[in-house]
Amino acid sequence: MAAVELGDRLAGLSLGRSTPATVRVTGLGRAFGDRPVLEGVDLEVAPGEIVAILGASGSGKSTLLRIVGGLDAATAGTVTIDDHVVAGIDDRVAIGFQEPRLLPWRTVADNVAYGLPSGIAKDAGRARVAALLELVGLDDFAGHRPRAISGGMAQRTSLARALARDPGVLLLDEPFGALDALTRMRMQDLLLGVLDTAPTTVLLVTHDVEEALQVADRVVLLGTEPDRAGARIQQIVTVPGARPRDRGSAELAELRAELLAGLGIDRHAH
Amino acid sequence: MTESATLRPTSAAADAAELDAARPRGRRRPRRGALANPAVRVALGALIPLVLLGIWWALTIPGAAIVPPYRFASPLAVWQAGVDLAERGELGRFAAISLQRVLLGFAAGAALGLVAGGLVGLSRLFESLLGPFLGIVRAVPSLAWVPLLIVWFQIGEQSKVILVAIGAFFPVFTTVSLALHHVDRGLVEVARAFGRRTLGTFLSVQLPSVLPAVFTGLRLALVQAWLFLVAAELLGASMGLGFLLSRGQSNGRLDHILLAIILLAVAGKLTDSVLALVQRWAARRWS
Repeated sequence: MAAVELGDRLAGLSLGRSTPATVRVTGLGRAFGDRPVLEGVDLEVAPGEIVAILGASGSGKSTLLRIVGGLDAATAGTVTIDDHVVAGIDDRVAIGFQEPRLLPWRTVADNVAYGLPSGIAKDAGRARVAALLELVGLDDFAGHRPRAISGGMAQRTSLARALARDPGVLLLDEPFGALDALTRMRMQDLLLGVLDTAPTTVLLVTHDVEEALQVADRVVLLGTEPDRAGARIQQIVTVPGARPRDRGSAELAELRAELLAGLGIDRHAH
Repeated sequence: MTESATLRPTSAAADAAELDAARPRGRRRPRRGALANPAVRVALGALIPLVLLGIWWALTIPGAAIVPPYRFASPLAVWQAGVDLAERGELGRFAAISLQRVLLGFAAGAALGLVAGGLVGLSRLFESLLGPFLGIVRAVPSLAWVPLLIVWFQIGEQSKVILVAIGAFFPVFTTVSLALHHVDRGLVEVARAFGRRTLGTFLSVQLPSVLPAVFTGLRLALVQAWLFLVAAELLGASMGLGFLLSRGQSNGRLDHILLAIILLAVAGKLTDSVLALVQRWAARRWS
């Protein structure tokens, strides 16, 4: 019940562009010098869809995310968000990084407020920050400094900051990678709850197959082929079953083995 | 019910446990025992100066002739010289003019140091342009400026204030430009990702990040300012604590020399303490 009310409150505070956006990646390539990292990546993400990008380290998954977010520029191809070509930082996109990257001299609430779009009225901004803190369960810690909260709480603050931007697309770069296993699972559930309340299109970069299967509608497997240097999409898997999914289901276990094999890990080896 | 359950999977108990895990980070080691008492710490700090004062007094007991009076003045003689100079109005005038020169020079030098340090720390262009030149200027020993400044500006206020400003400039310039180089790139990227432009990034990330370093630089600059003041006043002045030193030297007035040294020590320490308070506040506020 509380969640529905909170969703209404957030919707009431919306800034007119919080509808989830379509992300279209076309023929995308990125080379650092003459070393290609990504080659010919094509991907379309529907509004409100959660897509996990899975790959071994060095497979260019973070690079792909940074290009979609405008923090990096492609050397080939384009990214469009709702038919606008991405060139530089886009105000419909918000990013959550692997490290929370909070400003240590600001309180939790002020860090969330840092994500507010420019030009928002003070009262509306304050109300939005309060609603987001409640959404991520940090309303009691609004006045704390980042160094006085735990890693999981810092990551929740970072998530709230990204949502403060009222994004059409939320980009998450291994946001839970540095957390312990239990906190990570809790954060995955929290993310899904948050997205129920404040829906947006999500691209989630992860190296954790479990996480991808738990959170995503579709899983994109990035990897290199033997005679090519740059990574491309190896496989796109639609994850069956409605969320929240049973972490122990046999169907997911099968998919998990398949994706691990795609990452180069033999299922018989463990 | 299920919705709110999925929405708040982290219970208050889990938060408390997480917090406990977080707590030990970055905590200062608590002071223990008698040293926890501020009065004890003040008394300890005063111990060595008081002992030295006692030794000084003992060495200069009239008639004991451990050190002849023309080599050393007693604490009492220094006190009387101070009272005497104060009654003639010289002491107040000298202290005031020295303080004025330090504060003016410090303000000018620190302000220029902030601007130059900011430019060099933030911009590759200015780093290439200004860095080598300032490195060379910095290598000039402070006293070497004095004859040049006196030729250019005569023995007026300008030459002294400029010399003090030169002294105050470099500590601020160096600490600010270095600190800006070491600002967390991840935070700068956050500023960019959340739509901040150059000025917004500077004000919201870079400036707060370097503020503690700025105050360290300012304190070093203040020490340098007093150093350069004495250099300026020793070499050409008709007023000021440095002038009191050089006049005492030529007149053989040891009491005046010792008085000037003590006054410089007190003035330097007092001005530094003011900045230290601001620095401590800044360190708490911005880190």
